[in-house]
Amino acid sequence: MKDLYIEGDEIRDEKAPAGPVAERWDKRRFSAKLVNPANRRKLSVIIVGTGLAGASAAATLGEAGYNVKSFCYQDSPRRAHSIAAQGGINAAKNYRNDGDSIYRLFYDTVKGGDFRSRESNVYRLSQVSVEIIDQCVAQGVPFAREYGGLLDNRSFGGVQVSRTFYARGQTGQQLLIGAYQALERQVQAGTVEMNTRHEMLELIVVDGRARGIVARDMVTGEIETHFADAVVLSSGGYGNVFYLSTNAMGCNVTATWRAHRKGAHFANPCYTQIHPTCIPVSGDYQSKLTLMSESLRNDGRIWVPKEAGDKRDPREIPEDERDYYLERIYPAFGNLVPRDIASRAAKNVCDEGRGVGPGGLGVYLDFADAIKRMGRPAVEAKYGNLFDMYQRITGENPYEVPMRIYPAVHYTMGGLWVDYDLQSSIPGLFVTGEANFSDHGANRLGASALMQGLADGYFVLPNTINDYLAAGPFEKVDESSPEVEEAAAAVRARIDKLLSINGDRTVDSFHKELGHIMWDYCGMERSEEGLRKAVERIRELREEFWQNVRVLGTNEELNQSLEKAGRVADFFELAELMCIDAMHRRESCGGHFRAESQTEDGEALRHDDEFAYVAAWEFGGTGEPPVLHKEPLEYEYVEMKQRSYK
Amino acid sequence: MANSTLTKQRSEALGSTVALKSAMAVTGVILVLFLIAHMYGNLNVFAGRQAFDNYSHHLRELGEPMLPHGGFLWIMRVVLLASVLIHTYAAVVLWRRADRARPVRYQVTKRVQRSYSSYTMRYGGIGIALFVVFHVLHLTTNTIHPGGPSDSPYERMVSGFQPEFWYVTLFYVAAVLAVGLHLRHGIWSALTTLGANRQSRQRSLNIIATVIAAGLTIGFLLTPLSVTFGLVG
Amino acid sequence: MNITLRVWRQKGPDDKGRMVTYKVEDVSEDMSFLEMLDVLNEKLILEGEEPVAFDHDCREGICGACGVVIDGEAHGPETTTTCQLHMRSFSDGDTITVEPWRAKAFPVIKDLVVDRGSFDRIIQAGGYVSAPTGTAPDAHAMPVPKADADRAFDAATCIGCGACVAACPNASGMLFTAAKVTHLGMLPQGQPEREARVVQMVNQHDAEDFGGCTNIGECAAVCPKGIPLDTISQLNRDLLGSLTSSRSE
Ligand SMILES: Cc1cc2nc3c(=O)[nH]c(=O)nc-3n(C[C@H](O)[C@H](O)[C@H](O)COP(=O)(O)OP(=O)(O)OC[C@H]3O[C@@H](n4cnc5c(N)ncnc54)[C@H](O)[C@@H]3O)c2cc1C
Ligand code: HEM
Ligand code: HEM
Ligand code: SF4
Ligand code: F3S
Ligand code: FES
Repeated sequence: MKDLYIEGDEIRDEKAPAGPVAERWDKRRFSAKLVNPANRRKLSVIIVGTGLAGASAAATLGEAGYNVKSFCYQDSPRRAHSIAAQGGINAAKNYRNDGDSIYRLFYDTVKGGDFRSRESNVYRLSQVSVEIIDQCVAQGVPFAREYGGLLDNRSFGGVQVSRTFYARGQTGQQLLIGAYQALERQVQAGTVEMNTRHEMLELIVVDGRARGIVARDMVTGEIETHFADAVVLSSGGYGNVFYLSTNAMGCNVTATWRAHRKGAHFANPCYTQIHPTCIPVSGDYQSKLTLMSESLRNDGRIWVPKEAGDKRDPREIPEDERDYYLERIYPAFGNLVPRDIASRAAKNVCDEGRGVGPGGLGVYLDFADAIKRMGRPAVEAKYGNLFDMYQRITGENPYEVPMRIYPAVHYTMGGLWVDYDLQSSIPGLFVTGEANFSDHGANRLGASALMQGLADGYFVLPNTINDYLAAGPFEKVDESSPEVEEAAAAVRARIDKLLSINGDRTVDSFHKELGHIMWDYCGMERSEEGLRKAVERIRELREEFWQNVRVLGTNEELNQSLEKAGRVADFFELAELMCIDAMHRRESCGGHFRAESQTEDGEALRHDDEFAYVAAWEFGGTGEPPVLHKEPLEYEYVEMKQRSYK
Repeated sequence: MANSTLTKQRSEALGSTVALKSAMAVTGVILVLFLIAHMYGNLNVFAGRQAFDNYSHHLRELGEPMLPHGGFLWIMRVVLLASVLIHTYAAVVLWRRADRARPVRYQVTKRVQRSYSSYTMRYGGIGIALFVVFHVLHLTTNTIHPGGPSDSPYERMVSGFQPEFWYVTLFYVAAVLAVGLHLRHGIWSALTTLGANRQSRQRSLNIIATVIAAGLTIGFLLTPLSVTFGLVG
Repeated sequence: MNITLRVWRQKGPDDKGRMVTYKVEDVSEDMSFLEMLDVLNEKLILEGEEPVAFDHDCREGICGACGVVIDGEAHGPETTTTCQLHMRSFSDGDTITVEPWRAKAFPVIKDLVVDRGSFDRIIQAGGYVSAPTGTAPDAHAMPVPKADADRAFDAATCIGCGACVAACPNASGMLFTAAKVTHLGMLPQGQPEREARVVQMVNQHDAEDFGGCTNIGECAAVCPKGIPLDTISQLNRDLLGSLTSSRSE
């Protein structure tokens, strides 16, 4: 084990003030240095990413008067992956008067994260959540309303209060469009310069500070350098390392990985969330998995045949030959157990050969009882659009045949390590949204990612980045300085290399194979033996990739294979670190389940004495083992308990 | 929003595609109102020569003594001419814009919902314009007279639509059908342009457009066809 | 099933471009249209021919990145996005023609990829509510009648894919523009800027060289999000209202 990494010094979050948790955010805002409005014009900020986290930050910093340069790889900032979020966004508004409060949201989030997140961050997130809703409504986000004209709420992800705001099944879309419009308003005002179809390929660090990026213009292939006083990465999560996931096709780790290679610590890379209700894979041409709202579990019943290999039409399997396994194992919560438990249970029954559908990778989600109980019109009213989507994708009618579902990779809790100010271990490099590791610990609650992205972008970063910028403007970066030339040359060299190999396998075939390795060994259940095998196989495959990949065309054009190849190359390196992180954490917590660490009933077992820390990995050098820095976690407000859903 | 430039923006918007379209709708509506009145006048043919010629004469006396003889007619003519010019100008500008807006055509196109009448607005419009020129020369200015010149409008008309001049009738029939087609889409379009379209009203707007267009078509066809088939005269 | 594809290939913005015919074999009914193109591309790469470039990202019908004209219809024969179109909508032996969106305002970058930056510029011109961060009143301070909220929502679901432009015989971007004008115009938060917004957005729409709308309705018929045609009427009403309004700056 120790051959794979080196243990370094402990680290701390120096920025979070001490004292009562409810006062820390106020205290920090007060102590942060301010920048006089006249000086803001002279200060520039690069923001990579235009999802909820990036667009909201760009709009707010632009409004404040800073010079912002934004980047995204899509043709429009409005297409960032945040657009796909369906369910909703949490906020401790207590509009239902059902006992919700900032404290309760804080408590639920810390507990939901299985005690692997920071109390100070989570408390701030809960505080800020309230303002997010106000902000979005003022922008014209059309949240669902009741007949009285007030906002509607629902309960989500197994919590007991109704604190989730939603816009039909398209909450992420509506929130992102709100942020996008605010961003475009600043583009018009001249404070934000938008660079679409630009991919960040390298971070520029000068004199120990993040001072710019190298980006490729994806239309002309030009390798450009951009400079600023600070750099913000809001580039989203890395679930696509698994090839098949619910993420958009372009989601990547390149921006954060390149920063990691330049010195930013990567925290908890192994924490991934696997969502139980996705449409199963139907063949090996499949390119992505589609999420179905979790709300389906409120009325659908999950089952598999009792006999392994039972290939009968589900409607012909009599009641006593079905196994409603969640209801059987978890009588108290039944079909509503948390995501990770539901996912793992599905995997277990499929491993026993009882899975259904192509390849035996699926379980039934049956609405026959619900239709009997509520009547078809009621089911249609509640789930009609989801049923339609299911039918469009699978060609099966879920009103008649039970749906088939299977877990899929959905969200990554890990990301670049940041302090309370959202600053990474490189001064001047800030990280927001899913790209950082900050608020969800080992597991994220439903409807909390949107909340975090917007909290970071609208409210947190704009109040902390000034503390850093107050020391600027920093000396102008010399374009011909060795740091800049080296960064740009490294990018060019990589591209040239990828284009010159001309081997005989496509990029996708490598990505698929990498995904299989990750899913088999670093997916829902991990073991030391499996992870070790995975590290070996990843290394071999990476070796082969650099010998045998085929990327056609040139750099000086739109070249989608080249784009993919660069991303997959970084996924290889990340994959190895994920496996090492998963291997070193010999406990089960949240989305990380280690076969060796379970209770007698097969439930996740944490080891708080040994592992109550954030694992922040420092890049050790190409081909060298990474260095582990532990940031100890302390709980003053929420008592650490083992979860139990029996 | 950069409000300081709103006045400028507004004056720019006066030349926008939407404003052009509105001008077209307003002039189109004027033309439709004229056609309704015109059709009503034409139907006087069934009341006999006297009634028809009186009607024609009456037109010229309308508004007297406030207006000179023929004054109303001339005002109407000015309004009509202006409408046609504005209408045509807007049509041409929008047409050219549309051509510029899609410089490379599709290899395959398929219409999903557009109707035949919406598809033929532009060429149909040109056809109607050519017809109107011929028509005015024929029946108003007495310049073209297939059935021989005459001072009586009734006479000119009846002689022109005699069976031996079947091609004149045919030309009129074709023109009226073109007008009907133009108006089927035009009336719906004008109402939409002027902001009357709502999801809940779409059906009724379409019915209104169809009824007016069909009514005008039939009404106009009656006169020449009845003459040709010997029902009148 | 086996499919013959006629695909528009164009090396770059300055290339003339042409149709090229390919055969794709063993296509499964459960494949999405884009997955079928993936299969084609894998084959092309192994044969040493450059893969067909096409835009896509979410593959769930929500980001609006994808979109091609399939047999003359924007997004193909079903009313959905190209990524959500499945091969079961075609039959064995079909010949399918695939072309990019065609409009001056959407210049082709390569193969099936076009530049839709003009849409962003229409939004920049006024498709927003000026609500600086941190200045918002409580969300419940202003109730919104459910009917207005629902109508705003229907218009707000536009994904900016551009199919409306691709299908419009005039290459007009009016449905897209109208969707935004209607979304913000139906909400109380959108009122203060309502008159200016419509004027600015229409001017920008025209400046981008989109054609004018002549109410043909093809746009709404292909729109994957069902943006209603009456939003255009709403835009016209708003514009005429703004032009005749006495309110000055
Ligand atoms: C299907 C689905 C449903 C979800 N539903 C919910 C939900 O209901 N509630 C909830 O709270 N969360 C949900 N989530 C999670 C949530 O949507 C995401 O975590 C969140 O939106 C991430 O936002 P972000 O701004 O951090 O990143 P993203 O939205 O992913 O944005 C990343 C941005 O970075 C840019 N970028 C990335 N790499 C580069 C590069 N190298 N160079 C230049 N630009 C780059 C991209 O162009 C993009 O603009 C869901 C996620 C999925 C997949
Ligand atoms: C087919 C049936 C029609 C008949 C029988 C008919 C008959 C006539 C007659 C008799 C006149 C002369 C009236 C007068 O000078 O007193 C006239 C004038 C005119 N008609 Fe028609 N018409 C027909 C259709 C149309 C149509 C379809 C249009 C337009 C699209 C049209 C447009 C005009 C115009 C513009 C004038 C000139 C009015 C003026 O300036 O005096 N007519 N028509
Ligand atoms: C000079 C010849 C004419 C031309 C070139 C012409 C052309 C057009 C065109 C291109 C349109 C818009 C098409 C569309 O909405 O899709 C239009 C609309 C219309 N036309 Fe004409 N037209 C002509 C004459 C007429 C006449 C004589 C009438 C009336 C009798 C008329 C009535 C209308 C109406 C009511 C509309 C609808 C306006 C709108 O779309 O808002 N047009 N015409
Ligand atoms: S209006 Fe419809 S077709 Fe047009 S961009 Fe929006 S979603 Fe696409
Ligand atoms: S198809 Fe075109 S003409 Fe108008 S109604 Fe739609 S934009
Ligand atoms: S790829 Fe996102 S809508 Fe089709």
